[in-house]
Amino acid sequence: MLRVEALEFGFPARAIGRDVSFALDRGEVMCVLGPNGGGKTTLFRTLLGLLAPRGGAVELGGRPLAALTRAEVARAVGYVPQAHSGYFAYSVREMVTMGRTAHLGAFSAPGHADRRIADRAIAALGIAALAERPITEISGGERQLSLVARALAQEPRLLVMDEPTASLDFGNQLRVLDCIAALARTGIAVLFSTHDPDHAFACAHRALLLGEGRALELGAPRDVIRADTLKRLYGVEVQVVPIEDGRMACMPPIRR
Amino acid sequence: MSARAAIYAAAVAALLVLTAVAFAAGRYPVSPGELLAVVSAKLTGSRQTVPAGVEIVVLQVRGPRVLAALLIGAALAAAGTAYQGMFRNPLVSPDILGVSTGAALGAVLAIFLSQDVFLIQAFAFAGGLAAVGLVYGIGSRLQGHDPLLALVLTGVVIGTLLGSGIALLKYLADPYNQLPAITFWLLGSLAAIGPKDLAVALPLVLAGLAPMLLLRWRVNLLALPDDEARALGADTRRLRAAIVAAATLMTAASVAVSGIIGWIGLLVPHAARMLVGPDFGRLLPLAMLLGAAFMLAVDTLCRTIAPIEVPPGVLTALIGTPFFLWLFAAARRSW
Repeated sequence: MLRVEALEFGFPARAIGRDVSFALDRGEVMCVLGPNGGGKTTLFRTLLGLLAPRGGAVELGGRPLAALTRAEVARAVGYVPQAHSGYFAYSVREMVTMGRTAHLGAFSAPGHADRRIADRAIAALGIAALAERPITEISGGERQLSLVARALAQEPRLLVMDEPTASLDFGNQLRVLDCIAALARTGIAVLFSTHDPDHAFACAHRALLLGEGRALELGAPRDVIRADTLKRLYGVEVQVVPIEDGRMACMPPIRR
Repeated sequence: MSARAAIYAAAVAALLVLTAVAFAAGRYPVSPGELLAVVSAKLTGSRQTVPAGVEIVVLQVRGPRVLAALLIGAALAAAGTAYQGMFRNPLVSPDILGVSTGAALGAVLAIFLSQDVFLIQAFAFAGGLAAVGLVYGIGSRLQGHDPLLALVLTGVVIGTLLGSGIALLKYLADPYNQLPAITFWLLGSLAAIGPKDLAVALPLVLAGLAPMLLLRWRVNLLALPDDEARALGADTRRLRAAIVAAATLMTAASVAVSGIIGWIGLLVPHAARMLVGPDFGRLLPLAMLLGAAFMLAVDTLCRTIAPIEVPPGVLTALIGTPFFLWLFAAARRSW
């Protein structure tokens, strides 16, 4: 569905990353790890067509991304930005309904069917009780879930989530990860970035390690998330240890 | 009746009452009965039953002025509503891209060149459009910046430049004939508006209102960060251009006939948003009703509280500020 070939991305005056190649199919979850300023958001903006690639190719559903209109991209790819509080006081339902934009003509407003789809997305994320509340007056975690609901209202085949767990408490982080896994089971492909390698172990089929201006590693999380790659990525010593059921976890070294 | 419907109903009722008061106040009071008689006779084409003097006051003198107040108040409020959503900032007024300053420079230039009223209006209208065209042309070519920030900064810079042009013309103007006329224009007034001015301004305002009404749902997307709106499938550049063009047309047409009237485009949308929330489709009609009512109230006071006309720019803030603070204290919803 999404195919990225030798992508070089960044701004007109400055390259951020290169050598990124991967393909993502329906139901697949891929996690992007990398240090602050490593280019995760810039990569996502490029994959969404918000930023022109500096080189290489991005194809969506077999067509070059650059040949698609904004509405065509939006009908295929849902975007969940990092939650922030700088919105006007739209209600959660109004905000989620904006996810229907790409399915509407320029002069039309959402109809009955659109509102039903929005309400379904709201219900799917368990935030129906918040539907009438202003988006400015709910917690950061609830706002993040609202933005996921908005992306689902786009009825996308691919969901791009920029640090969906950032600034969430422990419980809400796990809820978002559960949500990602559940979405993938419905056939949606998910691409998300995170600062916590354990999140890749929790729900990703593959992990992309982005650092030093390029894709350092790409593969199954247990193959590519190792003490040496994390040291290279973040410059700190960690242990990656097996826990029960053959799963892995990252442990900071114990200092006494 | 829902709370929201009650708010619209109250705004309509206030507008009707204020209209009746506006006709009743002044040197030649017109009662609501006389007003209805004149209007219905005019509409049905039958003979007027009221004295000819009353008919002239309604149709030629006070009627055009009342309609102008309603039109200009509604237009400024609509433009401000669109801009506040688009710039994601509740402290933005329709002047942010320089339309009023451009119009003022145009008008001042025409006065300086001793042109007649029609040319002063034409210069003001053209100046407003040209200023925004210049700001938009430069601002949208500044690459590598947030598009909104580029627009606002260009607007501020160009506005300052035009402002110094106005200052220069004031300095050079004849202090006995031209300078008072310039000052008078810059303070704004509805005193001189006649049926002909209305006939020109009304279609222009409606032409600006049409795209806003058609795009009333989609305009909401401009209140999101640019990346988000584009990722949702909106062509934000074209949408923004359409709204800027519409708001500029409305504001320039209003300012050209009334001179500069501040405050309404800044705080009326704000008040409306506190009452019904940020959704543009709900906000626009209420902002226009409140803007029209407020402008009419101000103009009625302007021509009645003192033996001479008081400039509306003085009264808008004088009445508006306490009203706004009261509303801010009373309303639960933030912007």
